[in-house]
Amino acid sequence: MAGLALPGPLTSRAARALAVAGLVALAGCRGAGEARTTVRFWAMGREGEVVQELVRDFERENPTVRVIVQQMPWDAAHEKLLTAFVGRSTPDLAQLGNTWIPEFVALRAVEPLGPWLAGSRAVAESSYFAGIWDTNVVDGVPYGVPWYVDTRVLFYRRDLLRQAGWDSIPGGWSEWLRAMEDVKRLGRGRFAIFLPTNEYTPWIVLGMQAGSPLLRDGESRGDFSGPEYRRAAAFYLEVFRRGLAPNVAGATIANRYQEFERGTFAMYISGPWDVGEFGRRLSPAMKGAWFIATLPGPDGPASGVSSAGGSSLVLFRDSRHKREAWRLVEYLSRPEVQLRFQRLCGNLPARLEAWRDSSLANDPFARVFERQLRRVVSTPKVPEWENISKSLQDCVESMVLGHAPPDSALASLDRRVDRILEKRRWLLERERRRVAGGTAEAR
Amino acid sequence: MRGAIELRQHRAGWAFVAPALVLIGVFFFVPVLAGLVLSFTDFDIYAIGRPSVARFVGLRNYADVLANPLFWKALGNTLYFVLLGGPLSVVTSLVAALLVSSKLTRLQGLFRSIFFMPVVTTLVAVAVVWRYLYQPEYGLANWALRAFGIRPVDWLGDPHWAMLAIILMAVWKNFGYNMLIFVAGLQGIPEELYEAAELDGASPWARFVHITLPSLGPTFLFVGVITMLGNFQLFAEPYVMTQGGPLKATTTLVMLMYEEGFRWWRMGAGAAIAFLLFVLMMAGTLLQMRLQRETRR
Repeated sequence: MAGLALPGPLTSRAARALAVAGLVALAGCRGAGEARTTVRFWAMGREGEVVQELVRDFERENPTVRVIVQQMPWDAAHEKLLTAFVGRSTPDLAQLGNTWIPEFVALRAVEPLGPWLAGSRAVAESSYFAGIWDTNVVDGVPYGVPWYVDTRVLFYRRDLLRQAGWDSIPGGWSEWLRAMEDVKRLGRGRFAIFLPTNEYTPWIVLGMQAGSPLLRDGESRGDFSGPEYRRAAAFYLEVFRRGLAPNVAGATIANRYQEFERGTFAMYISGPWDVGEFGRRLSPAMKGAWFIATLPGPDGPASGVSSAGGSSLVLFRDSRHKREAWRLVEYLSRPEVQLRFQRLCGNLPARLEAWRDSSLANDPFARVFERQLRRVVSTPKVPEWENISKSLQDCVESMVLGHAPPDSALASLDRRVDRILEKRRWLLERERRRVAGGTAEAR
Repeated sequence: MRGAIELRQHRAGWAFVAPALVLIGVFFFVPVLAGLVLSFTDFDIYAIGRPSVARFVGLRNYADVLANPLFWKALGNTLYFVLLGGPLSVVTSLVAALLVSSKLTRLQGLFRSIFFMPVVTTLVAVAVVWRYLYQPEYGLANWALRAFGIRPVDWLGDPHWAMLAIILMAVWKNFGYNMLIFVAGLQGIPEELYEAAELDGASPWARFVHITLPSLGPTFLFVGVITMLGNFQLFAEPYVMTQGGPLKATTTLVMLMYEEGFRWWRMGAGAAIAFLLFVLMMAGTLLQMRLQRETRR
């Protein structure tokens, strides 16, 4: 699996050096025999495909560096990266979904970027969306540089909303609920919004909007039965209770694009990738009939935060070519390269400068995303987070589909989350004791 | 003198089995033993990065797993699959084997190949097609139900039906393999027995019950055990069709193990589930062998 050119997990250092030497020799065929450094870069999906083009320009600028891009499918990437880590064959740099960063930090697989950032003129925290940058910082230490960003916004049927008497999506939950009622009353659409129970991001986003920290006590215990999350749950359960959203798992709506066009529902929470999908899959007649809006919040638009998604570039600790890899990170972070990348695959750039370019500044869709990206919040940065969000999804399913009473369902979710975080509590406690013991000794 | 020869023969014998023993030892017993040790630790994502933070937790993984309602749910789902899917699969294979072996059937080879085709087809391709068949509004399954005036079913979306839908697909996908084994078993029954029975005036049914079934005894044991072992390890079908949903209705033990071990990286808990499953499968196999012996008596 590790790719033909890469040394397998069991090869010795010497064999690895040989393999690298072989690659260099191969690469050196066209150079004048001067040694070129090979940088291995793993990237996912479509990004991995289009980045090859950008990398060629980087090589032209840096004739002594050769970049091997290995493309991985998204489904397999997480496992492959972990296997590579266990087998001590991680690449020099990679693209990581920014929610994966805490996990790879816990593994001690990725390089702390503090010193690299301090010595860099090309990458600075101030040129990124604050909420996005924050996802790369674990315990105060930055580990990734945002490459591209995404977040969730509200896709809606402008025509249906207008028919129901609403010019735009309102900014507060209570008006949003009224708008949904009005849309449902049109009769044409049987529902107002589609909230598939098997996608957990909306349940997290609504909780964060209500101000829930999601975890408490140094992110070592669940806080889902806290008042903030209970408020969010009450809101979305109300949406289901009033029949404004179909209470089905996502798979049951066979084709969400088709149903959106039919008017089965008029709103749907999704990310930038769906702008293209909606454009492609809806019939041409639908052009202009739908649009996107920033998410409403419980206390007006300012509280309408959303998820801080996207991918970051990380260096691996085991890399022996960090300098060259970092140069590639800097190159890919240049605003003009970010824009080229955006044009190649549609991913939204992480650099604020890139957003000032006319191609984005004049795009009404991009402008909504930009506004939302200024209001994004990172989910708790613990390696167990994916497991916790999956537990939240199960809990939502049991409340929506199984009609479990919310208070007891959320309390049992907290118990489950506390069990998941047991090891983390133990590690934190151990750390605390060690620090305390250290000061006692010093005395 | 004789002792020396025996010793030499012994040595030769060991030399012959040694490669196999070494391979089994290295690739089976050592990993299994390591897995057993793992199941007594809380080896997790933190420990992959820093092995020193792995703790010996004794039987806690087992206690946790047994206290996890999801484990019992998965066990129930797995047993449902084993107890319903297993016999259904065996009966289907037997019927298919009888049909393709019957003297009245023409083009036996063709039918055998057709029935065997699902076995060699990639599961993912099969799953994609079956998802279309099960589609609640436009799927063939519900179209057929409607044709008979039966209320359509949300096959993969309804927790009550999802497992049954998986069972039907799995039976369809796998019966060809057992069918071939039954065909071989049927060919092993001497023709004279049937001729003698026919002369004695035994009806086809009597011939089936008193000749075919008893003669297939060992085949039944083999097919039964293999099918059961395979069914206990059900994973790929629900993994590609439903991802264990809706409401965990199709989460099986192996799926739970996979999630614990390779999704949440709690290797210790995953290993504990693996050993519990091993005990279960062992018990199932012993039970079947016992039953088989009883009926033969």
